Amino acid sequence: MYSKGLVPLAAATVVTITAAMALVFFYAPLDADQGFVQKIFYVHVPMAIVALCGFVAGGVMAIKHLRSGDRSWDMRSYVAIHMSIILGLAVLVTGSIWAKASWGHWWLWDEPVLVSFLVVFLLYCVYYPLRFSIEDPDRQARYSSVFAITAGAFVPLNFIAVRLAETYTHPRVLSQTGGSMPGEMRLTFLVALVGMTLLFVTLWKLELTAKHASMQLKRLRNRARVAA
Amino acid sequence: MPALPLDEAGKYVAATYVVFFALILVYVAIIGAKIARIERQISELVEEEE
Repeated sequence: MYSKGLVPLAAATVVTITAAMALVFFYAPLDADQGFVQKIFYVHVPMAIVALCGFVAGGVMAIKHLRSGDRSWDMRSYVAIHMSIILGLAVLVTGSIWAKASWGHWWLWDEPVLVSFLVVFLLYCVYYPLRFSIEDPDRQARYSSVFAITAGAFVPLNFIAVRLAETYTHPRVLSQTGGSMPGEMRLTFLVALVGMTLLFVTLWKLELTAKHASMQLKRLRNRARVAA
Repeated sequence: MPALPLDEAGKYVAATYVVFFALILVYVAIIGAKIARIERQISELVEEEE
């Protein structure tokens, strides 16, 4: 069911990420301000964008679950959020490394982008205890969906609030005027972003395939027990 | 802060990419182990049926 198209998708992911790595280290020019450290940007920023989009996608899937009553949408939403939390953790770690290299500090509490991402991450960490504290599967799916929708709506609001904040320590990468990246950097960034998106979708499908197989196995076991 | 020299910056860049690839490898290994376990359990179930 979920494994359909997984092999070509995984192949496309490997090719795109390999291409992105080649572009990062052999094509993209060194940043005039940050030098070699700026190479962190090509993995850190796409990961952050994909993680935030994954949270929003989890909310959209939760809406589909509440509208249709189909529990498979809740499972999709759960796996999307789960994947985004893992990516989110990597974003915080790589962001800290970048902060130490660029600013000399592992963390800056007065930097709105860092703190707002941490707030979103911690908000979604609440999803697990909420979900797994409810035993009834229908209630679990319903409550989790409500949380996913509410938190999913918070993500873009949070993003807008950060953009409206007055102080900027982070460089503005994507803006309506096209930002300040040269063409080679922009191309490398876009390939890395596509690679990260493909990676997210591949791992999402892989996790769903494993979960679906596990549920089918449970059903088969129950059937065998009843038959015995 | 001025840009770090290459030897100094290299370790930070390497650490970032190691974190990224280690994360993917660990995740794929966990899912692989999960799928292998399901496969084994299915085989056991089939053996029980036979």
